[in-house]
This record gives sequence, C-alpha cells and structure tokens, in this order.
Amino acid sequence: MRFALSDDQVAFRDAVRELLDKEATPAVVRAAWTAPEGELDRGVWDSLDAMGVLTVLVPEAEGGLGLDETFLVPILEEAGRVALPHPIVETAMVAAPLLGAGVGMVASDLGGPIVPCAADADQLLLRWGHTLAVVDRDAVAIAPVATVDAGRRAGRLTHDGTGTPLSDDPAVVERALDRGALGTAAMLVGLGQAMLDLTVNYASERQQFGQPIGSFQAVKHHLADAALALEFARPAVWRAAWSVAHDVPTRARDVSMAKAMASDAAEVVGRQALQCHGAIGYTVEADLHLYLKRTWALARTWGDVAHHTDRVAAALGAAL
Amino acid sequence: MDLTWSGDEDAFRAEARAWLNVHLAEWRAEHGGEPASGDTRDGFAQHLEWERRLFADGWAAVSWPEQHGGRDATLWEWLIFEEEYYRAGAPPRVTQNGIFLLAPSIYEFGSPEQQAGILRRMAAAEDLWCQGWSEPNAGSDLASVTSRARRVDGGWVLDGQKTWTTRGAFCTHLFGLFRSDPASVRHKGLSYLLVPLDTPGVTVRGFGRLDGDEGFAEVFFDEAFLADDAVAGGVVLGEPEQGWAVAMATAGSERGLTLRSPGRFLATAERLIALANERGDTGLQRRAATAWMHADAYQQHTLATVTKLAAGAKPGAEASLTKLWWSELDVELHRVALDLLGPDAEVEGPWSKGWQFALSGPIYAGTNEIQRNIAAERVLGLPR
Repeated sequence: MRFALSDDQVAFRDAVRELLDKEATPAVVRAAWTAPEGELDRGVWDSLDAMGVLTVLVPEAEGGLGLDETFLVPILEEAGRVALPHPIVETAMVAAPLLGAGVGMVASDLGGPIVPCAADADQLLLRWGHTLAVVDRDAVAIAPVATVDAGRRAGRLTHDGTGTPLSDDPAVVERALDRGALGTAAMLVGLGQAMLDLTVNYASERQQFGQPIGSFQAVKHHLADAALALEFARPAVWRAAWSVAHDVPTRARDVSMAKAMASDAAEVVGRQALQCHGAIGYTVEADLHLYLKRTWALARTWGDVAHHTDRVAAALGAAL
Repeated sequence: MDLTWSGDEDAFRAEARAWLNVHLAEWRAEHGGEPASGDTRDGFAQHLEWERRLFADGWAAVSWPEQHGGRDATLWEWLIFEEEYYRAGAPPRVTQNGIFLLAPSIYEFGSPEQQAGILRRMAAAEDLWCQGWSEPNAGSDLASVTSRARRVDGGWVLDGQKTWTTRGAFCTHLFGLFRSDPASVRHKGLSYLLVPLDTPGVTVRGFGRLDGDEGFAEVFFDEAFLADDAVAGGVVLGEPEQGWAVAMATAGSERGLTLRSPGRFLATAERLIALANERGDTGLQRRAATAWMHADAYQQHTLATVTKLAAGAKPGAEASLTKLWWSELDVELHRVALDLLGPDAEVEGPWSKGWQFALSGPIYAGTNEIQRNIAAERVLGLPR
C-alpha cells in the first residue's frame, strides 16, 4: 500500500505546472474568450504536446509515453488550475488511448451535447448509440453556443452518422465515459485549488477595519470549509485514477465518486471564493470568474453530481 | 501508487477477523446477547472484560511493542485491525482515552521508567485513564486553565476542578493540565500531571451526558497531595512547566488519526447503506450514497496520511481538517439514518444512540470552530 505520487509523477507534474504558469496565464485564457471560431491559439497546446502530455496514455511502441492515469490525473489538476481552454481531457484522457499518438486536438460529444472547442479541434470523437467514431470536422455542422464561460468555445453538432467507426462495444463507450469523468474530476480539483489560492492571497492583503479580512473568523471559516472539501475530494480522484489504470471491479463506482465529490468540492470552493472576494470578485476584471465559470460548466458535464451519485448508489445495491 | 495490500497484510486481516468473530460471540453470550452501554457503571465492567480478552491475545494495542502488551504491528496493520474491529461490530473501546490519547504522548515524552510502569498496565485495562483538561471556565480556551499544582517536598498539592471528563467516574487515573507556576499566564507554566483518582482530596462525581448515560464526570481537587512516586516513573509527563507542548501532541492524536480511524465510520456507512437498501425507494438513496462516499473518502485520505507517516512525517495542523471531516461525517451518517427511519427514529436504539453521540464530535477534541481557525491559520496561512 502506498497512496502517494511517485518521484517521477511529482517531477512530471511539476514540470507541467512550470510550463503552464508561463504559457497558460490568465491573459491566454482571456484570449480564448475572444479568438474567432477555429482560431484558438495553440502556443501552450503545442508545448504540452512537445512534453508528451497528450500521449501519456499511448503505448511507447505507438509513439506515446506508455504511462497510466495516475500520471495523467495530477497533470490534469494542473490544467484545471490554470483553467486551460484547450480540450485536454477529450484529447489526452479519452481519445489518446483509442486513437494513438499524433491525432492533434480532439473534441468530443461524449461529455454532453455542448461540445467544447468544437470548431478548433482537428478531429471529432463522436458517439451514437454504442458506436464510437472519429468524424472529420468538415463533415459536421457546428453551431456556436454562447456559454457563460466563453473560454469553453462551445458548439452544438449536427452530423449524418458518417465517419470511421472505432467500436460498437458498449464497454468501450463506458470506459471512455469513465475516463472523461475522471479527467474532468481532476480538472475540477485543480480549479478548486486555483480559486482557494487566489482567495487566500486576496484575503491576506485586502484590508477592512484596519486589518486583513483574512484575520476575521467569518472569512477564515469560509476558507477552512473550502480547504476541507478539496482536501477530501483529491484522494477520491487519485484513487479513481488507480482504479481506471488497473481496471478494478469497482472502477465505475470509484470514478463516479470522484466526479461527484470533485464537482461538489469545486462548487463549494467557488462559492466561498466569490463571497470572500466581495464585489471585486463579482466582476469580469478580476480573474476569479475565469475559474468560477469553468467550474460551473465542468461540474455538470461528463455527468452531474446526481448522475454520479446514483451510479454510486446503484453500485452499493440500491434499487433505483 | 500501489493500492493493494500485501500477502502479509491480508493474512493479518484474516487473523484479526477470525479472532474477533469467535471472541465477540463468546463475550456477547456471557452478557445475554447485548452488553450494556460502556458509559454506564454495569456496562463499563462488562466492557472491561472485553478489553482484557483483547489484551490476553495481544489485540489491545496492536501497534505497540510486545513488551508493552502489543504485537509490533505496522501503522498499516493497525488500520486494518481497526477496519475489522468495527466491521465485526465490536464495541467502543472504553480504554481509548488511555491507549489512543495518552499513550502516544507517553511514547513521545515519557521516561523509560514511565513507559515501563504505565503502558502495559494500560493495555491490560488494569489502570484506566481519563482526560482532565477542560474546566468550567476553560473549554475552547484551554490555555486559561486555573487548576493549580503547588510544588512541596516530595510531590505536588493539587487544587481546582476539571469537568467533561469522559468515563471519569469509572476510571482509576487521570492525565491533566495544571498551572504549576502561579505567576504564569496562558500556555506558559502548565504541567502535565498523571494522577491516581484514589488520591486523598480527589473527588469524582459522574453525571449524565445528552443520552443520559453517566459518561461524564467532574473531578474536584481539594488540597490533594500527589506524591512524586504515585505513578511508576514519576507523575510529571515531560518537564514541569512544559505541559502545553505535551498537551498539543496529545491533541494531535485526538484530532488526527489514532482516536477516530476510518474503520468505525466505514462500518457505520455500510450499516447505513444496508438500512437504505432495506427500506427501498425512499427517495433518500442518494443522500445515503453521498454519506457513504464521505466515509470512503476519509479512508482514502487516511491511506495518504499513513503513507506520509510511514515515511517518517510528523502529523501537523492538517489534523484539524481531519477532525472537521470525521466529526461532520458522523453527524451526516446518523442524520440520514434517522430520516430513513422516519417516525421510528425516536425509538431508543443503535441509531438514536449513535446520533446523540455523533453530535458530540463537533464539540469535543477542540470545537469545530477552533479547528476551522487552526486550519485557516496554520494550513492556509491566513493572518492571525
């Protein structure tokens, strides 16, 4: 038993963190809000690709790093921490194990009918029934959707069912959905961490009544509750990474627990973060909203809290 | 990461499970099926019989060295034992305040003579230890204790009053905080003393907790002379006037891992799921599953914590977050159970009893308000 990241996993994660801190700044996220359809800047994406992040799950023989989800999940936390606008969960977590290396940027409707980065992606991974297929972007009509988080760059797709089928096996779809939920849970933990860190800094500096607002118990208790939710969601997500990597019998239950708890935790943190920021948090000028709006979206894609809680209840024997 | 147990650990689990099943059945049978609450006088005596069974076969304090009555188990094995203990439906440990609170501080601060004189008798349930920290005017503000210890030839003279002393009316010894430097204030000048409760001048009065059991006591010290050799190896734990540091180490055990391991909450969560499934379509299955997830998350978090401790890390302020989690978890588990029971929830039984006990969790071991302050200041680094 060893419930901790290995030295290699920590080193890889820290290298990604360093890269993202430089290349995925809030200015880059803001640019994604306004870049024209199909023109999402790929600077940071290409750097991640060069580091091997997009092919962590691809076997070495096929040009990937040949590592497992316990490597990728801490990296996706980092992607969440910077509210990375690119479809890294869809590409690195869901598509890469199915499609191999060199597939470029992949968008997918597996997480829900509103598809992030639909017009920016090189390929689409789509599902109808039990069929998973790779579909050329030009074979699909993409209607842009104005979302609360414009950094989602979302679209709704209409297609005629032509494409290259990958599988008709329901188990393959289930596994892809579990990977997506797991990756999104990791992003949510990272988003929560970003909002907590921002707020601790703000509350330590902002003065009222002649002292930092973070010295008041009412503020402290909000932030302690935020830290608490995050502290106990993260191990659930890491355990689910192990369960997916080793395809254990409780995989589905563990992934759903991770997604439910990470969604809840990030929303708890977001609520407290906004409250503790006060009016400055209620603007588009402060960066907080970039993380907050992504949290609201991700908490309800790849299955919401109710969906995943029901899945846990069913795994525990409830007749639903 | 490696989330599997080794062959040795699986064997340890199997051995513990087999022992518990046999001996629990025997102990229960001796007491007509269901022994009384360990927080009543008769029930306490029945629970001591159970404790002595545990000790006889080396299960009373598994992680301790054999010389002190343990079996040199690793932290992992301790965790496994706790899981099996509560899964088997074994009773609350009436010796817990000694074994899980005082003992870690005896190991850290005690002299070899104190360790030899105290630990084995504690594991054997011959000496029964209770905690003497809170006072009528010192609860969350523990550093304001006023009970005094005056140094005299050959010992100390104790005066003052302690309260909320769990099972104090049934115990034989008390570990307490006393102000030994009369000129001192706050955290300075406190000594951590070990006091036999049969010392002349010490009076113990038990009283009812929320559930009516005599689980609480107040302890009065009236010119009580505590001889230096009243406890083997000496009555001061650590150095005189350094009691606060010792107490904070004890508090770390209380809030963190050792007092409330995940096993007991996992067992409660399993019972809750069984209740929810048995009741069928109540509309409450989702809440039951959520509570179960919170219990399981505590287990996962603990595996991460033990990984760090096994690598030599010391428990830190994160124990405050742990205490917030398990105490609120216990309330949640029982709250959902009461809602599942509906009108039956008011009937005396394990759930209504457990509900009342769960409500003490956010209060004892430092209120959750204090824990939130500690977490905010010492984990998050917010200004004091």
